[in-house]
Amino acid sequence: MSIEMTLQRTSGTAAQSSHVESAARRDPRAEPAAVRIAIITLAIGFLSLFVVLPLVVVFVEAFGKGVMAYLSALADPEAWSAIRLTLGVAAVSVGTNLVFGLAAAWAIAKFDFPGKTFLITLIDLPFSVSPVISGLVFVLLFGAQGFFGPWLQSHGLQILFAFPGITLATVFVTFPFVARALIPLMQEQGTQEEEAAISLGASGLQTFFRVTLPNIKWGVLYGVLLCNARAMGEFGAVSVVSGHIRGETNTMPLLVEILYNEYQMVASFAIASLLAMLALITLIAKTILERNIDEDMPHDH
Amino acid sequence: MTIEARGVVKTFGSFKALDSVDLKVANGELLALLGPSGSGKTTLLRIIAGLEWPDAGEILFDGENALDRGARERHVGFVFQHYALFRHMSVFENVAFGLRVQPRSIRKSEAQIRARVKELLDLVQLDWLADRYPSQLSGGQRQRIALARALAIEPRILLLDEPFGALDAKVRKELRQWLRTLHHSINVTSIFVTHDQEEALEVAHRVVVMDKGRIEQVGSPNDVYDAPATAFVHGFIGESIMLPVEVSGGAVHLNGRPLDLAAPGDAAGASTLFVRRHDMVIGPAGSGTLDGAITHVRSFGPVQRAEIALTESSAIIEIDAPRDRELKIGDRIGLKPRHYRIFASG
Amino acid sequence: MSVLAPRRSTLPGFGLTMGLTLTWLSLIVLIPLAGLFVRSTDLSLAQFWDIVTSRRTLSALKISFGLSFAAALVNLVMGTIVVWALVRYRFPGRRLFDAIVDVPFALPTAVAGVALTALFAQKGWLGAPLAALGIKVAFTPLGIFIAMIFIGIPFVVRTVQPVLIDLDPEIEEAAASLGASRWHIITKVILPSLTPALLTGFALAFARAVGEYGSVIFIAGNLPNVSEIAPLLIVIRLSEFRYADATAIAVVMLVVAFVIIFAVNRLQRWAQAQAPST
Repeated sequence: MSIEMTLQRTSGTAAQSSHVESAARRDPRAEPAAVRIAIITLAIGFLSLFVVLPLVVVFVEAFGKGVMAYLSALADPEAWSAIRLTLGVAAVSVGTNLVFGLAAAWAIAKFDFPGKTFLITLIDLPFSVSPVISGLVFVLLFGAQGFFGPWLQSHGLQILFAFPGITLATVFVTFPFVARALIPLMQEQGTQEEEAAISLGASGLQTFFRVTLPNIKWGVLYGVLLCNARAMGEFGAVSVVSGHIRGETNTMPLLVEILYNEYQMVASFAIASLLAMLALITLIAKTILERNIDEDMPHDH
Repeated sequence: MTIEARGVVKTFGSFKALDSVDLKVANGELLALLGPSGSGKTTLLRIIAGLEWPDAGEILFDGENALDRGARERHVGFVFQHYALFRHMSVFENVAFGLRVQPRSIRKSEAQIRARVKELLDLVQLDWLADRYPSQLSGGQRQRIALARALAIEPRILLLDEPFGALDAKVRKELRQWLRTLHHSINVTSIFVTHDQEEALEVAHRVVVMDKGRIEQVGSPNDVYDAPATAFVHGFIGESIMLPVEVSGGAVHLNGRPLDLAAPGDAAGASTLFVRRHDMVIGPAGSGTLDGAITHVRSFGPVQRAEIALTESSAIIEIDAPRDRELKIGDRIGLKPRHYRIFASG
Repeated sequence: MSVLAPRRSTLPGFGLTMGLTLTWLSLIVLIPLAGLFVRSTDLSLAQFWDIVTSRRTLSALKISFGLSFAAALVNLVMGTIVVWALVRYRFPGRRLFDAIVDVPFALPTAVAGVALTALFAQKGWLGAPLAALGIKVAFTPLGIFIAMIFIGIPFVVRTVQPVLIDLDPEIEEAAASLGASRWHIITKVILPSLTPALLTGFALAFARAVGEYGSVIFIAGNLPNVSEIAPLLIVIRLSEFRYADATAIAVVMLVVAFVIIFAVNRLQRWAQAQAPST
């Protein structure tokens, strides 16, 4: 409840700064009141039915047997191991994709070279690959029948059904997030400030850390935020490579599934409620960040 | 420091931005690169700064090859057209930037940096803005901060790209004067790019007129105005009347009729006659070189501008005359150019 | 590398960052994906064809693509209505609903899956009244359809929203001053300028629904030939160690996904060509 109130408050301040407002009230651009009310009702009804209700149901189910049952479900060692694994996988995925995203955005946004659009398409690729296939490709590489399977086995290395495999699949799925958040922002900002810094004698690293990074910090955070949300919530890809070893290779979303299939509804929805909370916090932070990024976008003088 | 460009060529795709440009800039000079957009002036400036690299040619600073060094090592103060102030830094930090990023071995102490920034802000008369951010400044203030920032590294050369381009007319005029005075006090070899002829003629010691990647003329403001070397310069600088004429045997013909103008040394063939608007003297009909009828008169400031339909051709020309000369629509008059130039067409 | 290198440049780090980008992209994305295609060549054409045209595979593909298309259509219509309400009208809670549109992006798919199932199960808040009407949602293809609508909601809204906001009000005013009715203005002036964005949103929602796994499998019932989606069939084949079958189905889905990316890129270029340059 308090989250919804926070949401409402942040949205209230934003409405005042919205530049659309005055424009929408102009006369020749308005529909009859009946049409207007019908459209608003439809929109609200649709979103409430399809989005709000599922969110609410998660929390109602989670607390269906009281707060104590909810807390004891979360205190279960299996839940803890899932939470730890999820945090670990997310940390590694976000870290690697942050480094990659910064490098890719620098190369793509600050330089001109042929094939740029194609490169961006390639970076976007994981977005359009089914999560299941994202997991499958790593099974084909590292599984017992995979390309590197026999070699890995003879050297006693475990990638699949273990932390490395889960992380690889997650890195794949979250690959584009940071780069995609930064490229348009950095393209829009251009290279003038960097050129100025260089001509004032700054080195490449000084230019990046003192000029570029402060200008894109909100964009970086935005990318990290979305990357993290997806990394923690990924289900399909991770499901394929995890092996579902209880207490070892189950991430939080996988545990939701297992508990659900065992009809442990409170436990399942308790974990689900944590993930739903993460989603809500992500959305609130995203709304705030978007406003900050807007300020970092250069405006014409 | 002297700057020399030798045979500089630069192409962007199929567009030839610079077509074998040679230029020498004397020590302490204030030079203007003047030309329409796309003439290559900004490209030349960026090549001198090390922000762009020529396909061919040389850039020499005091006779030494500058192309070996990147922008970082050239010690050039560059003022960007849109200022490129670091938007997340205060005015103070913007100006201090060049001092703070120096290698530790030669970096000044914090106190020295503060003193130097203060000195520069005083120089541009904006010390009271030290704690503001670029977004809180007016265009003219940003311009001066950008200049102070460029001067902080004690550049050997100062380069300004359209320094007044983004400012409104009144501020531009104030800053022109200010730039000239400032250059006088710091006495660093400076080049600025502009498409505004008034700006170039008023501020610079010498003006380089460029068009289509080539230098058309280099000279003092008086030279380029009074003795344009090419048709382009005559047409681009000042307001000119242009009439298509034919030169043959040292005589000038308009629509087959000989004009009372000498063209010694001008090549025979299709040519263009250039006359400044205020260089047309009005007299009674038949008294001059050309005849015409006044079709329109407007007065503004110290002059009046008359539109005249020529008798000899279908052309309508505009001339400037003093306010005290009485002109009426319909009057038939004669025109005689005080000065004129003829350039072969094509 | 040298082909990609730009002219000598002021800013440093191109070689390093581009090298890092290409290496990482190859290791994480390109080589694994290529491995899938290489693996599929283990199959002869006839074998591939047999797998893809087996009754169970065909049914799964039909269910995935057919229901995804239908769900994307619903999202196209409802998304347009939602985006219109959000951009053009003021109503209490507008900003809240605007933010809520992104929930299907942010909510982990497994959570969405169990939540939708709980909602539409026979004793669920929505399932019970629907069951009274004789409509069974959970564990039927209708459930798949519902889940696909859910995960597709943000796509149409978020692609069309910026275009509708940026639409020059003068265009509508001009049309109005020329005597066009409101209906004509919307259908003849506004909707055509939204078309590229609408189609892009539709294509993205469709692509997402085709590949979707987590939010669908809980509510689907997963009966072979009836309510079994293609991604689930891949998982089942994998668990049976029938890698070849899994690979073949994955290749078909990937190729379709690539065609959609290509179409979306085309659409975007079309949209840019249409946008008046200011």
